[in-house]
Amino acid sequence: MDLALTDEQRIIVDMVRRFVREEIVPLEDTLDPDADEVPPEKLEELVEKTKEMGLHGLDTPPEYGGPDIDLVTRCLIAIECSQHRAGLYAPCYYAFGGARQAQLFEATDAQKNKYLYPMLRGEKKVFFGLSEPSGGSDPGRSIQTRAVRDGDHWVLNGTKLWISGADRADYGLLFARTGGPGRSGVTAFIVETEWEGFNVRRVVHTLRSAKYATEIQLEDLRVPHENILGEEGGGFAIANDRLALQRVPYSAECLGIAIKAHEMATEYAKIRETFGAPLAHRQGIQWMLVENEIDIRAAKLLVFDAAAKADRGEPFRTESAIAKLVASENSFRVVDRSMQIHGGLGVAKDLPLERWFREMRIRRVGEGPSEVQKHVIARDILNESLR
Amino acid sequence: MPVRMDKPWSPLTEDSLKTVAAHLGVYQLADDADEIVYIGVADARTLFGIKGELRKAIADPPAGACKFRYEVNMAYRTRHAELLQAYQHDHGKLPVGNTDIDPRMLGRLRPGG
Repeated sequence: MDLALTDEQRIIVDMVRRFVREEIVPLEDTLDPDADEVPPEKLEELVEKTKEMGLHGLDTPPEYGGPDIDLVTRCLIAIECSQHRAGLYAPCYYAFGGARQAQLFEATDAQKNKYLYPMLRGEKKVFFGLSEPSGGSDPGRSIQTRAVRDGDHWVLNGTKLWISGADRADYGLLFARTGGPGRSGVTAFIVETEWEGFNVRRVVHTLRSAKYATEIQLEDLRVPHENILGEEGGGFAIANDRLALQRVPYSAECLGIAIKAHEMATEYAKIRETFGAPLAHRQGIQWMLVENEIDIRAAKLLVFDAAAKADRGEPFRTESAIAKLVASENSFRVVDRSMQIHGGLGVAKDLPLERWFREMRIRRVGEGPSEVQKHVIARDILNESLR
Repeated sequence: MPVRMDKPWSPLTEDSLKTVAAHLGVYQLADDADEIVYIGVADARTLFGIKGELRKAIADPPAGACKFRYEVNMAYRTRHAELLQAYQHDHGKLPVGNTDIDPRMLGRLRPGG
């Protein structure tokens, strides 16, 4: 595997790195340490700059106006974009384009006109409603929200949990059971948040301050039949389709945080003296730095292996799961060690390490917990379906 | 934790602040009719956390505030957003003293009860 960057990739990396250091980090110094957004006017300024770079809408396919970059380059950008305090869950405060519901690219032309294009233009916000109190990693079995046909409409009842951004979205994707148990009984619907029966009941407070989760209750929510996304009973495939792809840049974001934390720990170890010598002269600290370095390099290889396989059009589900597992677990350890090296300063809000520690902890659970990734990997090794 | 804060009110006086710690969190201010007039947050940039913010409110009470209640909460940003959204749902507007909030930055909650 050739890890040397092309000239174009090198230019992109330099450009994004400079953007983060010159625009985002100084801006962040004026914000609360847990801030996850900037005022709309400031965001517009930042977006103009990413558009000038030709890098706005990173996860939008080129045929819909996104930049024509491969997954390896997307990962290089993710590594750079995340290297600031809010970078894990609010990379560059969404200046490169907010969360996109990629499943809408599968919509009909009428649905695209009504829902996809306004989202791509940044006029409308969209949420993704899959998880429920009964679970999120195994939606084929756990979804209990029911949709019952009533003439030209479907009537939805149920509860969704851990749904980011539903309180601020204009519409979103909701997955409900229209048939029997199992994957083939799940259908995806596009629902508008102003409709009667769609209720965001509460914010779910977690370790994370950015992109908070909400709980949604659906009470006789009537959805037109034409708002089914894909086919009736085809919801699981729609939900699952892009998971493997999304996990790769998701893993790269973890790496960005680990790289920055390690860089901070290395610098601090050189200047902080204890008992007459810099921390960097203590073997205990040296070994922590070595372990950081190895964790980062190992994760980096796996992330780019998955990205390169995807770019070559080869199967990469196993590689994607391994990358997510290793990048999130390793990066969490790197942040933990880096905090330890910083001592009391490491746990204070003066530095970003405590926020990264909290948010990296969530990364070991989000987008499929480590144990689910192992389950996926085991299935592929054994060539058996999950039970 | 209920969506709406339901703790009893205390008088907004220096004496009442003696038992308030300098933690981070959220607080509400009310007028003498117990109407919420301001929902505030003591974030990590504040000096002396909730205590410091309440002390500022005593010096310059927003919208005639004379009572307070608070919650120590490390998830102060999301809790602040939730309290503001719950108030907006119940009253169709933000508290009169919350001229510091850009409504575009808030979502829409429909809490039960």
